[in-house]
Amino acid sequence: MSADRGPVDARLAAASESATEPERYEFRAPAVHHFELQRRDFFKFLGAGVLVVCALKQVAVGQESGARPPGGFGFGEPLPKEISAWLHIGENGVVTVYTGKVEIGQNIRTSLAQAVAEELRYPLGKIELTMGDTQLTPYDMGTFGSRTTPTMNLQLRKVAAAAREQLIALAAAKWNVDAQKLKAVNGRVEIAGTRKSIAYGELVAGQQLTAVIPADDPLIPPAQWTVEGRSISKVDGRDFVTGKHRYPSDQTLPGMLHGKILRAPSFGGTLVSINAPSFDLADNVTFVRDGSFAGVAAASEDAAIRALNSLQAKWNEQPQISNSDLFAYLKSNPVDATGFDGAQKYETGSVDKDLAAADHQLHQTYTVSYIQHAPLEPRAALAQWSGNTLTVWTGTQRPFAVRTELAQAMHVPEEQVRVLMPDMGAAYGGKHTGECAVEAARLARAANAPVKLVWTREEEFTWAYFRPAGVIDVAGGIRSDGTLVAWEFTNYNSGAAAVRTFYEAPSQRIVFQPTRYPLRQGSYRALAATANHFARESFMDELADAANMDPLAFRLKNLKNDRLRAVFEAAAEKFGWNRAKPAPGHGFGIGGGFEKGGNVATCVEAAVDRESGFVKIARIVVAFECGAIVNPANLKNQIVGANVMGLGGALFEKIDFANGRILNPKFSEYRVPRFSDVPPIDVVLLDRKDIPPAGAGETPIVGLAPAIGNAIFQATGKRLRSLPMVPNGLNRA
Amino acid sequence: MASVIKLHVNGTLYPVTADPRASLLSVLRDQLDLTGTKYGCGEAQCGACTVLIDGHPRRSCITRVGTAAGRQITTIEGLEQHGKLHPVQEAFLAEEAMQCAYCTSGMIMTAVAFLKANPSPTEEEIEHAMEGNICRCGTYPRILAAVQRAAQKGTQS
Ligand code: FES
Ligand code: FES
Repeated sequence: MSADRGPVDARLAAASESATEPERYEFRAPAVHHFELQRRDFFKFLGAGVLVVCALKQVAVGQESGARPPGGFGFGEPLPKEISAWLHIGENGVVTVYTGKVEIGQNIRTSLAQAVAEELRYPLGKIELTMGDTQLTPYDMGTFGSRTTPTMNLQLRKVAAAAREQLIALAAAKWNVDAQKLKAVNGRVEIAGTRKSIAYGELVAGQQLTAVIPADDPLIPPAQWTVEGRSISKVDGRDFVTGKHRYPSDQTLPGMLHGKILRAPSFGGTLVSINAPSFDLADNVTFVRDGSFAGVAAASEDAAIRALNSLQAKWNEQPQISNSDLFAYLKSNPVDATGFDGAQKYETGSVDKDLAAADHQLHQTYTVSYIQHAPLEPRAALAQWSGNTLTVWTGTQRPFAVRTELAQAMHVPEEQVRVLMPDMGAAYGGKHTGECAVEAARLARAANAPVKLVWTREEEFTWAYFRPAGVIDVAGGIRSDGTLVAWEFTNYNSGAAAVRTFYEAPSQRIVFQPTRYPLRQGSYRALAATANHFARESFMDELADAANMDPLAFRLKNLKNDRLRAVFEAAAEKFGWNRAKPAPGHGFGIGGGFEKGGNVATCVEAAVDRESGFVKIARIVVAFECGAIVNPANLKNQIVGANVMGLGGALFEKIDFANGRILNPKFSEYRVPRFSDVPPIDVVLLDRKDIPPAGAGETPIVGLAPAIGNAIFQATGKRLRSLPMVPNGLNRA
Repeated sequence: MASVIKLHVNGTLYPVTADPRASLLSVLRDQLDLTGTKYGCGEAQCGACTVLIDGHPRRSCITRVGTAAGRQITTIEGLEQHGKLHPVQEAFLAEEAMQCAYCTSGMIMTAVAFLKANPSPTEEEIEHAMEGNICRCGTYPRILAAVQRAAQKGTQS
């Protein structure tokens, strides 16, 4: 991520243009580790066969050897140290793919297997993916930022295509025929037009062939890239509907104990003293105190809870700021730093002059609250020591980073720590860290037995991290014909992603100002982009109103970007923006934008009950385009899911806190979207086969909140500038 | 304190040693290794822990194991019969009504009980019956479609 280190302005400029700009609050990872396995170790471990590895671009592999086979990949050379993925075809015909990416509900176990199946011409069901195991899979920074589709999907396609070519070359040599006459079909190589064929497994018997392909090989030009774009169901769907799949919290080991942690009454509390407890012998309790860390492990969860409740501790607490002071606090506590941690600024033209000279000018402030990811599966870990070697099964988006965390916390070398990540119950950017894994490891060491720790919902709501809150000041100037001439936008704390405007404005000043902040904050599905789009797209509506123009026409007048125009037009068309008129008490709203290589426009119809002030979203239309479509059904699922989740943050999700305590750490007090909140959601997919695919886990969320706010404005004349907009209905907003 | 409790789960009788006040959820998961039933909140708010007790949907997180003694308990693991999935399970697969699928067992159990009581429901009735189950991944529209599909299958057969 060397681009992160450039001069600030260049960074911001690059951010708006690049599809995969790193999110500020994504925990950044150190440089890629060296992978130690030797070529012969691979075969010892995997058995004979054909191995294709994808080398990261830092290493120039096979370039200088000159002895490349017709397939165009390095052959029999030493393996590169930095690898992103590999694929092995064994003599038994088993195809195994290894990637450090993890499955968190975004369905990449299926979409990656699909990519391999298509290129390798191999039945999908016979491809095994080993994911996110720090001992077996290549290093990976983490599964976030919607990067899996743009990177890993293409890399695996290339790996699988290279493997296919190698199989064909093997068959050509075996039969002494021209490779041109051969083709790979459904797990066999055959001589075209004849009945002669051979199974992959047979072909690779006794072989120990390796091929290395560089990850940055010029991609197959997107125009020729054949994406089948077929919809296929989850490869292991049956395990989920039968309850067989074992999530991180379902892992067990013989002799396993259950852990519980004693939590401080408020953030940053330090443990002053704790009574020497006496436990029921039958409960087999281990008690640990280490600094301000205290916890127990016991034979059952029940026994652990009893033991925990018997502890009496004295804590030292610090006064802290509360919800009510939050936004004033953020604005008055800028962080004065340089480099990546400092302010980012982009300026062009003469903002102050153009603003003053504009026919209409407007200033507004928008805010976003802290919210919680609240994945349905809370953090969970099972830790096991064997001597000084530690194995932890845990739910995380970053197994390799958690390995580092464990090694540091437990003072053991990283080589002695293995982290495995069973497909987990979602994360949405909320599980980048390894708190639970470290706690389980600490208890397991003391107990001298495997310990499982599953956080309670309250713990997950309190001790995980939050989507940053923020304040955004916007000013804009337009000519009376609706032309945008000046734009000023300052985001305090919530993040720089998508902070730049995609509308044309000759004069702009755009600032991201980091601040001090009261709660532990981190990644969230499209976190800063959601806040920045909310402010920008709400403000565009306010400007349209000032210019007395239709909100869509006003946007299009100031928008040149073709891809964005296309999604706005597609959403409006499907929605009937120019045809339908809202019923009394209803309003239409539109919002959209660009982030992480995806373009989205969202139209919303909101219904407001005048009496109760209750806001119901009547329907949503989302138009989305992220390049070539890999799997349309899954893409739609992701888009619908993002919008359902977005309803919560837009309408009612909000963390209440006071003096270091979370006041609503339960689903009964923190409202999340439910069945009845969800309107019909119509998705329009634009397929751009000429553009390599980008991920879609996040961007589809960003147009929703402003579209809702704009619809509520049209219905009621009331402008809502804080997320969530109606935690207690409109009358108290 | 701990005593021996007879639990009938998925047609099998298990004597378990547990404090009768312990949650049914923890006993199912930790003692019987039936981990298909999930923890999501512990306060009857999310439905991830739903099981059937004598055919009725119950939140196992707030059900004391002692009160379930001697009753017929069905968990997600007990729906499949002789290798054949329950129509609701089939429908969830057919509609791909899951993302992370952590909510799926609770959704399926709730739907199974509901469709038994109301084999041809309206969309509103389904929505109402499922309102207590949270899908944080937001797969609600597909889950609705899956329950509808199962209902149609059920009335056809
Ligand atoms: S865990 Fe029982 S309802 Fe949520
Ligand atoms: S699919 Fe993840 S919670 Fe429902």
